Amino acid sequence: MRLLKLTVAALAAALVAVPATASAAGQLTIALASEPSSIDPHFHNLGPNNALARVMFDRLIMPDEKQRLRPGLAVSWKPIGDTTWEFKLREGVKFHDGSPFTADDVVFTFQRAPNVEGSPSSFGTYLKGKEVIRIDDYTVHIKTERPYPLMPNDMSTFSIVSRKHGEGAKTPDYNSGKATIGTGAYKFVEYLPGDRIVLKRNENYWGDKPEWTKVTLKAIKSGPSRVAALLAGDVDLIEQTPTPDIERLKKDPNLTLSQGISNRVIYLHLDHDRKASPFVEAKDGGEIANPLQDQRVRMAISQAINRDAIVSRVMEGIAIKAGQLLPEGFFGRSPNLKPVKYDPELAKRNLSEAGVGDGFKLTIHGPNDRYINDAKIAEAVAQMLTKVGIATDVVTMPRSVYFKRASRGGPNGTPEFSFILVGWGSGTGEASSPLKSLIHTYDKSRGFGASNRGRYSNEKVDTLIEDALATVDDGKRQDLLAEATEIAINDGAIIPLHYQVNTWAARKGIKYRARTDEATVATDVISE
Amino acid sequence: MSVFITRRVLQSLVVVFVMSLLVFFGVNIVGDPIDMLINPEADQEDIEAAIRALGLDRPIHEQYWYFVVNALKGDLGKSFIFAEPALKLILQRMPATMELALTAMIMAIFVGIPLGVFAGLRPNSKISKTIMAGSILGFSLPTFWVGLMFIMIFAVMLGWLPSTGRGETTSLFGIQVSFLTWDGLRHLLLPALNLALFKMSLVIRLARAGTREVALQDYIKFARAKGLSSSRVVLVHVMKNIMIPVVTVLGLELGGVIAFAVVTETVFAWPGMGKLLIDSIQLLDRPVVVAYLMITVLMFIVINLMVDVIYSILDPRVRLKDVKS
Repeated sequence: MRLLKLTVAALAAALVAVPATASAAGQLTIALASEPSSIDPHFHNLGPNNALARVMFDRLIMPDEKQRLRPGLAVSWKPIGDTTWEFKLREGVKFHDGSPFTADDVVFTFQRAPNVEGSPSSFGTYLKGKEVIRIDDYTVHIKTERPYPLMPNDMSTFSIVSRKHGEGAKTPDYNSGKATIGTGAYKFVEYLPGDRIVLKRNENYWGDKPEWTKVTLKAIKSGPSRVAALLAGDVDLIEQTPTPDIERLKKDPNLTLSQGISNRVIYLHLDHDRKASPFVEAKDGGEIANPLQDQRVRMAISQAINRDAIVSRVMEGIAIKAGQLLPEGFFGRSPNLKPVKYDPELAKRNLSEAGVGDGFKLTIHGPNDRYINDAKIAEAVAQMLTKVGIATDVVTMPRSVYFKRASRGGPNGTPEFSFILVGWGSGTGEASSPLKSLIHTYDKSRGFGASNRGRYSNEKVDTLIEDALATVDDGKRQDLLAEATEIAINDGAIIPLHYQVNTWAARKGIKYRARTDEATVATDVISE
Repeated sequence: MSVFITRRVLQSLVVVFVMSLLVFFGVNIVGDPIDMLINPEADQEDIEAAIRALGLDRPIHEQYWYFVVNALKGDLGKSFIFAEPALKLILQRMPATMELALTAMIMAIFVGIPLGVFAGLRPNSKISKTIMAGSILGFSLPTFWVGLMFIMIFAVMLGWLPSTGRGETTSLFGIQVSFLTWDGLRHLLLPALNLALFKMSLVIRLARAGTREVALQDYIKFARAKGLSSSRVVLVHVMKNIMIPVVTVLGLELGGVIAFAVVTETVFAWPGMGKLLIDSIQLLDRPVVVAYLMITVLMFIVINLMVDVIYSILDPRVRLKDVKS
């Protein structure tokens, strides 16, 4: 018996005595909120995958933390003629195995990226309609059928892989590391699915010397577990800090918080299309001609919402109220639009002028696990609208069910709901992305309005958007986009609520250069 | 015995078939995986191409037919998200879950039975009462909360043990296991304890109830009268006779532990099958969900068969007859 007790005590002491596996100097452990689904940079056009690819592979043009376009593997680019862009490539760049980077790799990437077997969402979106021609080892021309001003933006979205290793390689070869040879700041070491991804520094990187010798990425989906891992010292940096913990973590002297605005706007989309909208009823429950089709009613709804209260109470200060599609600093923004002021009296007056002074019934639909505090925002909006006479019900559901119904759940694959809460993040970092997908008239054959769930249709706005998409001159395009945004917002095409703010938390001594595209990228982690 | 086993296998095939119907159709009614996969900036043409690529535009009975035909060849479908065979994904993560589940079971057995027997032999002592109160807490407290509490206390406040993840792994017969290294054991301790708590409490209560009943039996009195030592009486005669309910429950629970260690795996970011399952459900990765549930069904069937066989070994009165139902 005594021997047993001694053994147990010794075991316990031994277990506890081993020091905690904190990161050694120069090593970084990051806890991600979702795991990349593959190491293959072209497999899936998805946030976590793209963030991971960014450190191992480079792009022709690299978006910085504010999504401004910076030279990457291309040192300069300009349009030559109406339908051709010339890109001059960087010389002296070596892949991780020492082989040189040339235009041939760019040509190969253009062939490979849109054709990955089994890709759930391919990069074809950014590459279709573009033909790449090798002029010499360090120059390529990219041709399109029509003038294409967004060429640099599209070139900033995908990674360049090497022909030598990529030819014939499939996704499992990337997952095992065999084909994962890029030009990026970090080299691939190992990938344990569900567990971790390990990278090591590329000593011959062409850009700024990467700071960390070894980077380990772990996926910890549960918010509280992520925070606990940081507090316990098991990881150095976490992304997507849960909003309820932010106040407490701010006060902790052992931690540093880095916050930055995101390119994602949370907004309300209304049914502009149907005279009899399924979730809009008269006060007594009977039928009513859809009041959302009246611009005054839409303005009233926007005025009835107290955006300051949503930001301070629902989002706990971690958001910035919005008056249009993109926050400050982004291309295509209008300098004249400000967030609509909270004015319930004016809202009620607008409603009476529109003939619904007695109010009506509405149902707001939203996801409950997609955006930060999404269900709570929907509830707050419903309460605010009810105060001005629009009795609003709230129905939220998981995103796996929500998005299908919101986009295609109605008869003949049309949108099902009348009034929805939804978000949009501009991947290209400029206004044509939301304008084209949310506000332009739904036009399947030309690929416009794919996410226009309210079926808003305004010919003037459509023309401005289409002109902008064909205007290569930056100044002119900025004006066209700004004008289109102004008309659409003043017309109530959508009702913007706020822009999300993302928070990264790290141990003292580490700062994160907050990115507007919400990605967590090892090259933006700096030690102080 | 062999006829018994054959009958059971045939019955199991029916169960597997019915299960496959239920699972497949159930999973396909809910939601649409396309919206979970496609980048929002894709236009209508890309969305339709993606729908065709995943075979989601075909009618449901046709999809089911393809599923059955492939399943009989051993291919349970390809994950929408990873584009790898669903079976491969599950088997890759199975060692981690098995390791966790078996460690939890071992803890539950080797801690639960002694405590339960002790509480049964000396029911009125203070220690027994503490054990029983502890067991009530053990199966009432939610696993999620207990897991987070463990992390807060042992990892954050005391810093004794790591808070998440699996430790270093070494290869044992070609499978990656982590219990052979110190680092691995340190990572395994908290999640296994978290998972084991519920089972431990059940086992304690069952063992105690069984012990109290058996301890009053005539054959125990006879054994003592014969002069057998206390330890022999307890370890041989009492233990053997309380084992049947314990084995039944453990058998049922083992299947559940392996299949549904989801909460523990999520809280501790343990790279096992359970975490894969919950992620796949949320992201509507239907092939993985279907494959996982099929494997779970098979597992339950096998475990229950083994439990029945163990019965016949433990208790010679139970004979596995061909019962005419």
